[in-house]
Amino acid sequence: MTAKILIGLDGSEAGDRAVAFAKQLASLIGDCELIALYVIEWSPYSFQTAEENAERHKRREAEIASAKDRVINPAVNALKAEGFAARGLVKHGHVADLLNETAVSEGASQIVVARSGERGLASRVFGTSTAHLAMTAEVPVTIVG
Amino acid sequence: MKKSIINGLALLPFTAVPALAQEGGSIDQAVNEAFAAATGPFVSFIFAPIPGTSFPWIVMWLVVAASIFTLYFGFIQIRGFRHSIQLVKGDFSDPEDAGEVSHFQALATALSGTVGLGNIAGVAVAVGIGGPGATFWMILAGLLGMASKFTECTLGVKYRNEYPDGSVSGGPMYYLSKGFTERGLPGGKVLAFLFSVFCILGALGGGNMFQANQAHAQISGIVGDFPGWITGIIFAAIVFAVIVGGIKSIANVTEKVVPFMGILYVVTALVILIMNFDKIGWAFGQILEGAFTGLGVAGGIVGALIQGFKRAAFSNEAGVGSAAIAHSAVKTKEPITEGLVSLLEPLIDTVVICTMTALVITISGMLIMDPATGNFVLDGSSIKTVGDVSGVALTSAAFAQGFSWFPYILAIAVILFAFSTMISWSYYGLKAWTYLFGEGKTKEVIFKVIFCLFIVIGAAASLGPVIDFSDAAIFAMAVVNITGLYFLMPIVRKELGSYMGRLKSGEIRRFKH
Repeated sequence: MTAKILIGLDGSEAGDRAVAFAKQLASLIGDCELIALYVIEWSPYSFQTAEENAERHKRREAEIASAKDRVINPAVNALKAEGFAARGLVKHGHVADLLNETAVSEGASQIVVARSGERGLASRVFGTSTAHLAMTAEVPVTIVG
Repeated sequence: MKKSIINGLALLPFTAVPALAQEGGSIDQAVNEAFAAATGPFVSFIFAPIPGTSFPWIVMWLVVAASIFTLYFGFIQIRGFRHSIQLVKGDFSDPEDAGEVSHFQALATALSGTVGLGNIAGVAVAVGIGGPGATFWMILAGLLGMASKFTECTLGVKYRNEYPDGSVSGGPMYYLSKGFTERGLPGGKVLAFLFSVFCILGALGGGNMFQANQAHAQISGIVGDFPGWITGIIFAAIVFAVIVGGIKSIANVTEKVVPFMGILYVVTALVILIMNFDKIGWAFGQILEGAFTGLGVAGGIVGALIQGFKRAAFSNEAGVGSAAIAHSAVKTKEPITEGLVSLLEPLIDTVVICTMTALVITISGMLIMDPATGNFVLDGSSIKTVGDVSGVALTSAAFAQGFSWFPYILAIAVILFAFSTMISWSYYGLKAWTYLFGEGKTKEVIFKVIFCLFIVIGAAASLGPVIDFSDAAIFAMAVVNITGLYFLMPIVRKELGSYMGRLKSGEIRRFKH
């Protein structure tokens, strides 16, 4: 049975560190698929203007295309070039929740993320996405420093 | 002291132009007279009484329609209520659709177009003329209006246009033309044309001039009197920057702040009611007694009823068709789901928020009553108030009885509500405009410039002609829209039957538990 590792990417240098660690794990495991996930932060309970709503579908498609072009495809192509089994996903929603839900639905044995670069008051009050993931995940999580 | 400093600072830009201000009075007067003369015949037709009575036919039109839809859909506002809450919570939303417009977002957007001055100033007008009894009829109209909203929003989603680039356009103009064609009925295109014309007038009236007018009344109530056209030009410049200049950040900030102002308004009203809990029973007594006796208001019971129904319709826009434009952007494969979600709009807008305003005004004692007779003292056709205030000033004074600082918060709320309603209605008007004249940058800019000009006129004219025209234009939309709804309601009933059947059988499944 192929093992699966889910890697959380955010388009920053931190994501590269997560990929590097996941590659090490995959090499040790042998038969392992790497799944890269990019989450576009979005809430169904946010407020928008009528004009934004009318354009929303178009924007969503553009956001997904941009995330694929900028983050996911380069990461997946690099992994494949190095001989790893890899694929990428882009989803809208809450970062920590979606990382956990995707890991569960894909049957991943582990989630690898890098320490988040979130700073400021909001992260102090509400905690970072990584901290939230570590507290709520249903599968083992590795946070790369 | 503090107040005079604030007033002084706020007045600073205006003290520099005393000559301009004096001249401003005559500009306002000229605008007012010209406006009243131009709109008079249209207003008279819309509010013409049913022969032999003093009851405006348009009010009867709305209430009869809402009652028919209520019966036709088997009290959908009651039996669909629980499911509509589940839909708004996202229990039935496919996770694969994340990132698209959710039911909550469509509802919130539509609400930001309806929750506004109608809830603050409109209710004050209703209670100021019709007495507390108007509140009873307002609540009843709100409850019945839920069925009208359900019908039009279902059709709005069902017949929306989805363009190749993924953007959507919906609303009565689309369901009237497509729905009539589908049913093999003639006249759909004519109704769609008429609706679009009235929608443009409604956007310029209730969605624009009334807002500008009452925002000016609120600002001048705090900083002192100054010509309305000055407020109008400032507002027009900001709206112009957003809708023509594309400065979305202003609209985005407003869209995020407005819901919190709405919540703050309701919470403050609740606190005032709790502080006066001993008077709540009395206030409801006044509402019930006034509803069936009139308590001496002009026109008696009918006067209270007309005011209640009129202001409810103006506030929640059920049957008007505007909400169908806002709701049509939702991501759903089942049009009925958005109809069910839209049920909540009149409930939140009229039954909750408007009732809060009415209760606070009633409890405040701003409406002068003759202790000997127990009836209200009249000043012309309105009830005499402490300080001779009406409209938004009456609401402001009533809330100030509970919290003296509230008029400042209310002024900010009024300005933000007015602004967000204007932004919403500029979009509704634009959709009607492009339906009539076609898409195109130049055509859109022409409408947007006209929209901004009407802000100045609305702020400069006095309340009477503005409120009459605003009501008339919005109700004219309802004449066309409801005519179409009568012919299209069998389609909605078929959709409802199919959806409820599949929901019961488990074919439509819940994603969240």
